[in-house]
Amino acid sequence: MQYQSQAVAKYYFVGAIGLFVAQILFGLIMGLQYVIGDFLFPEIPFNVARMVHTNALIVWLLMGFMGSAYYLIPEESETELYSPKLAVAMFWIFLVAAAATVAGYLLVPYAGLAKMTGNDLWPTMGREFLEQPTITKLGIVVVALAFLFNLTMTMLKGRKTAISLVLMIGLWGLSIFFLFSFYNPDNIVKDKFFWWWTVHLWVEGVWELILGAILAFVLIKVTGVDREVIEKWLYVIITLTLITGIIGTGHHYYWIGTPEYWQWWGSIFSALEPIPFFAMTLFAFNMVNRRRREHPNKAATLWALGTGVMSFLGAGVWGFLHTLSPVNYYTHGTQITAAHGHMAFYGAYVMVVLTMISYAMPLMRGRAANSNKAQVMEMWSFWLMTVSIVFITLFLTAAGILQIWLQRVAAVPMSFMDTQAQLSLFYWLREGAGVIFLIGLVVYIVSFFCKGETAKA
Amino acid sequence: MSGTFTTSTARNIFFGGTIFFALVFLALTFQNEQIIPQRDQRAQLAANPSIAAGKKVWENNQCIGCHTLFGEGAYFAPELGNVYKRRGPEFIKAWIAAQPTHTPGRRQMPQFNLTDKQLDDLVAFFKYVSEINTNNWPPNIEG
Ligand code: HEC
Ligand code: HEM
Ligand SMILES: [Fe+2]
Repeated sequence: MQYQSQAVAKYYFVGAIGLFVAQILFGLIMGLQYVIGDFLFPEIPFNVARMVHTNALIVWLLMGFMGSAYYLIPEESETELYSPKLAVAMFWIFLVAAAATVAGYLLVPYAGLAKMTGNDLWPTMGREFLEQPTITKLGIVVVALAFLFNLTMTMLKGRKTAISLVLMIGLWGLSIFFLFSFYNPDNIVKDKFFWWWTVHLWVEGVWELILGAILAFVLIKVTGVDREVIEKWLYVIITLTLITGIIGTGHHYYWIGTPEYWQWWGSIFSALEPIPFFAMTLFAFNMVNRRRREHPNKAATLWALGTGVMSFLGAGVWGFLHTLSPVNYYTHGTQITAAHGHMAFYGAYVMVVLTMISYAMPLMRGRAANSNKAQVMEMWSFWLMTVSIVFITLFLTAAGILQIWLQRVAAVPMSFMDTQAQLSLFYWLREGAGVIFLIGLVVYIVSFFCKGETAKA
Repeated sequence: MSGTFTTSTARNIFFGGTIFFALVFLALTFQNEQIIPQRDQRAQLAANPSIAAGKKVWENNQCIGCHTLFGEGAYFAPELGNVYKRRGPEFIKAWIAAQPTHTPGRRQMPQFNLTDKQLDDLVAFFKYVSEINTNNWPPNIEG
């Protein structure tokens, strides 16, 4: 760690890992409800568990991005953070707001929460992923503004690199597209249309800039390859991302009341979206092969390579699988969508945050890398979690194919609920893979407490 | 990568390409706004305040956390974009009022304690969504 103020990242990383645990526990509850329908009913209905699962994921990834940015920007800018105090204060506000929101989900019926928080004054609740009370959404905006201000000021007073520029564009874009969550017209077609401006333009747009910048930063550090080479790759990747991904939004406009022409625009442009993800894979492997030094942190390198591969598989391959409109006509809103969502989120965003944590955490704890023993443990957790996600994806894909066949293709289509009953074998297998994932996560956390000999940073 | 392809060239291509495709997307969005009035049942929406009220009931009870609507949402319970056509108004109201089923081991839907007015609003909302032109999706009545 070159600048004292980078240490604020530690708060965010610890907070992120805490919420990660919550995400997985609630995921396991839902997985069980898929097969034992009345499990924990009515204490934790499925929709409540799902809100905790998805919102915890989003918030911990945001915390991970913020922590990464607080670590990365001072180092790239070669100056202390503009205001470390503001960064720490914002962390606590964010954490308390997130905890209060989750408590609200779990303790009061959702309609009560909507009433308590005055949703009728400015209704934004009750839409997928954007379930947070309007006041929580406003809190997120405040935290994001303070965060952007802090980092923009830091960057302005120091060195401006391509990596920090790309990261900041990504973070500004993230905040700007979040503003569409405040737009909720009565017209369901318009509501859905602009809902995707937050959701799709995040994960297939600006978040990929954040992903690329963090990956580029870690690759420079662990491989010692020339900055110029890495920065050119970064620009090429994000150019491909946005020229395919922006119009690629059209792959969500096939069946929601929007015109037919989106089937062409959406299919063609989104079919090209795997290219930047493939470029990311090549990028990670190329840089590691051309490395000029042997960095002692092997685990961070493994996470970086893993991000390259798994984001391509999850977003690129599993995204392509159902993105052409004639295919999507059958797969839309089935377990195929769920399969893709899981591997894409894990492979791209979970893994890039864990890459950064793996690289930065030892440095913030005063050592170049963790002990060999701790790294071996961390690598075990890498394999346990990654292999589990692959199996979760495969089981859900199998369930999805069967679901489509029984419910949408067969001569005499089965009802939704009867179809679900036929899929229970795959849901049980998915739950099993989920348990292994949890074990991987426990091993991951234990690796932070594993002692052993370390070299000073 | 060759010597003439510098970082600043790459940056310029990034900005130029992004702005160009963002403008194309905005143009498509503009055209979309011109066409959807023929598809989105807005006359019905304007004429019947129950529909907007029904959408509020839908949102305030987070039905999307278990169900899909036009294929978007959660995959735990049946598609509801076409439930009006599949089940009709009376079934929908009776169903919601009768929950949960308490059938052991079966997936459960909570009791929301909705008033008759709220149930009517929901039904108006389901009728409205079922008449939006979704390019023939879902493939069949089961959703
Ligand atoms: C906790 C999950 C959950 C939530 C939340 C939920 N539902 Fe359901 N719903 C279900 C399940 C599961 C079924 C199927 C149950 C069965 O067949 O036994 C169902 C069935 C239905 C059906 C019958 C569909 C058909 O084709 O037979 C309607 C209508 C319905 N729900 C409306 C709603 C509305 C309106 C809301 C919000 C006010 C809502 N649901 C919220 C789980 C949920
Ligand atoms: C890391 C990047 C990505 C993430 C995190 C991601 C995540 C998701 C998630 C969570 C959904 C479900 C949304 C919902 O609940 O309705 C979804 C849907 C979808 N994604 Fe992705 N995705 C990514 C990249 C891609 C790419 C590159 C493609 C295309 C090549 C793609 C194609 C699709 C399609 C077609 C759908 C709609 C599925 C349906 O019709 O039900 N995604 N994505
Ligand atoms: Fe998308």
